[in-house]
Amino acid sequence: MILIKNAQIVNSIHDKNEKADILIVDDKIEKIGINIEENPDNMIIIDASGKYVMPSFTDIHCHLREPGFEYKEDIKSGSRAALAGGFTTICCMPNTNPPIDNRAMIAYIKYRAKEVSPIEVLPVGAITKGLSGEELAEIGFMKEEGAIAISDDGKCVMNANIMRNALLYSKDFSIPVISHCEDSNLSEGGQINLGYVSTITGLRGIPREAESIIVARDILLAKETKAHLHITHVSTKESVRLIKIAKEWGVNVTADTCPHYISLTEEEVLGFNTNAKVNPPLRTQEDVEALIEGLKEGVIDCISTDHAPHHKDEKNVEFNLAASGTIGFETAFSVLFTYLVEKNGFDIGKIVELLHHNPRKIIGLSPNVIKEGKKANLVIVDLKKKWEVKEDNIVSKSKNSVFLGKLLTSYVETVIYNGKILKKDGVLNC
Amino acid sequence: MKHLLGLRELSKEDIIKILNLAKDMKTILKSETKKTPHLQGYSVVTLFYENSTRTRTSFELAAKFMSANTTSISVQTSSVQKGESLLDTVKTLEALKTDVLIVRHSVSGVPHFIAKNCSFSVINAGDGMNEHPTQALLDMFTIRERLGTIERLKIAIIGDILHSRVARSNIWGLSKFDNQITVFGPQTLIPPYIENFAYVASSLEEAVSGKDVVIDLRIQLERQKRGFITSKQEYYKFYGLNEDIMRYISGSTLIMHPGPVNRGVEISSEVMQLPNSTIDEQVTNGIAVRMAVLYLCTRKEGIYR
Repeated sequence: MILIKNAQIVNSIHDKNEKADILIVDDKIEKIGINIEENPDNMIIIDASGKYVMPSFTDIHCHLREPGFEYKEDIKSGSRAALAGGFTTICCMPNTNPPIDNRAMIAYIKYRAKEVSPIEVLPVGAITKGLSGEELAEIGFMKEEGAIAISDDGKCVMNANIMRNALLYSKDFSIPVISHCEDSNLSEGGQINLGYVSTITGLRGIPREAESIIVARDILLAKETKAHLHITHVSTKESVRLIKIAKEWGVNVTADTCPHYISLTEEEVLGFNTNAKVNPPLRTQEDVEALIEGLKEGVIDCISTDHAPHHKDEKNVEFNLAASGTIGFETAFSVLFTYLVEKNGFDIGKIVELLHHNPRKIIGLSPNVIKEGKKANLVIVDLKKKWEVKEDNIVSKSKNSVFLGKLLTSYVETVIYNGKILKKDGVLNC
Repeated sequence: MKHLLGLRELSKEDIIKILNLAKDMKTILKSETKKTPHLQGYSVVTLFYENSTRTRTSFELAAKFMSANTTSISVQTSSVQKGESLLDTVKTLEALKTDVLIVRHSVSGVPHFIAKNCSFSVINAGDGMNEHPTQALLDMFTIRERLGTIERLKIAIIGDILHSRVARSNIWGLSKFDNQITVFGPQTLIPPYIENFAYVASSLEEAVSGKDVVIDLRIQLERQKRGFITSKQEYYKFYGLNEDIMRYISGSTLIMHPGPVNRGVEISSEVMQLPNSTIDEQVTNGIAVRMAVLYLCTRKEGIYR
């Protein structure tokens, strides 16, 4: 039994924040009330005075790198890093080696996750065989085996006819198609956003239209096919605008953006910082503001981390050779709190919607709020704690965080999953 | 000054210091023996990942005239071909007791990357589309020598601004001296936000009219295949410095070019031979400037005495 005392409970933007004790018995929330009786003999008591308790987070876009790239991350290390950041459900992308493009691979990920992961790992299957963009993968078999979405993430399905067929076919299996929007002809050879910083540094630029052109294309295809299109890691104001129009049209489209796109700009690249090399690239302040507005208005539905671990040898190289991506699990909540709540006046309940309700809804999972009878999956956060992101504190096998050296406010202190305390007072217990 | 990575971060005072010292170095170049002991005992290595004749030779001669031990690493025959990473090459050069590394690379930021990972001095001899600081310094030296000043001038830079490290270094360097800078080239070769740093002319005539200096840039002919330009002939007609455009350029305007020149593409042979063309002079001045830079990078105090 676990008794969380004096918890400030945040379930969503619509619920009133309630201050109460939470009693957990086995894997469920048994009781929520004022002054629940303490019994030190058979109870772990957690004093949450001054802290907030909210449903644990779900990430619909991350990279665990297993199989094939275990030197960067594996299902075990990635899950632990996710857990450290307050995530207890994560969806891993299929660009592994071999790629997750068939039912056996889905089964493999599920089996490995069951063996080594302290949290729930849900695989995303590929749209096309070998992520080649040419021939549809066995979407039905993958769904049957447990795939929760399909995506060729890391690559765009450049052939519009294949993408159209993927959308049509996915409808039979009620599975969302997650689109990595990048016109590879426009982005070819590009390293960073095409703009002020690319002009200053002489690094090759990727025009923002490389993203928004495919966003527009896929919206039109989703409009025609009436399939569920999910646009991931949105980074430009034009994309936000297009998604807004699509929603007004009634297109079945959802979207996410990542913590780094709502907080940082292309200027992070000045000084040739390879940790700031991400794909899509960091954009401008105008884009950051448009994305924040998009989140506020509900045009962008949720936040994903796009946790993309890389070994330091893949980052400490010439800029053009540096791998794209930043890790993101462990900083996600703190970045959202610092940049959305503190700097932009978001309600903390909105953050719970972005990290819990909406991502779950997109992949067809019901929310798991803090209510009596629900599974005890929750986090306790200190919203006042300030901390600096340092390599030494990172749980992930890779340390390539674009937030290294940044000062963030708020910290995920404790994580309880299925009634088990897996992180307590900042220390992992798994 | 431990490294020379670019002119964007270099102060106006440091630029003046280099130019003044280069003036002294030029007197050494004019002497019969062309030998000074300034770099005696220093190990200077050139590491060029791109082909180069003039810059590499210029640096090597500069180092040799100052009595340095020089080594030139040819990437084509080095362990790079065996798959050695740049970081490993840097560590090897460190172990080989390199004092100064002069590096050219096709990727922007490589000299900065090396400087972060080594204990020796790094001089940028051209990195991708980022900077070519010694080229801009020698351009500034030439302008000052010819016109007596590098302040408050009207300067046009013509051609491939997008890909040009020479253009960037010149813009960063010349902007520190209150100069009016105009750029012009095909729209495909004008980078975004350049208007924050230079006036973008709408025609070649406008770009060159009334200027004290016209810096013409080399065009890479492979750009045609990537859709940046259409043909050599068309480029020459609309963007080249030819006899037609000379009607808009006064006899006192300096005509500069970093070389090597594509004759009949970005500039005509006739224009190159005009008395106000400084193309050959720039090459000579390059040695003096590089001697000054080598000297300053090897002195803790960075001041010529």
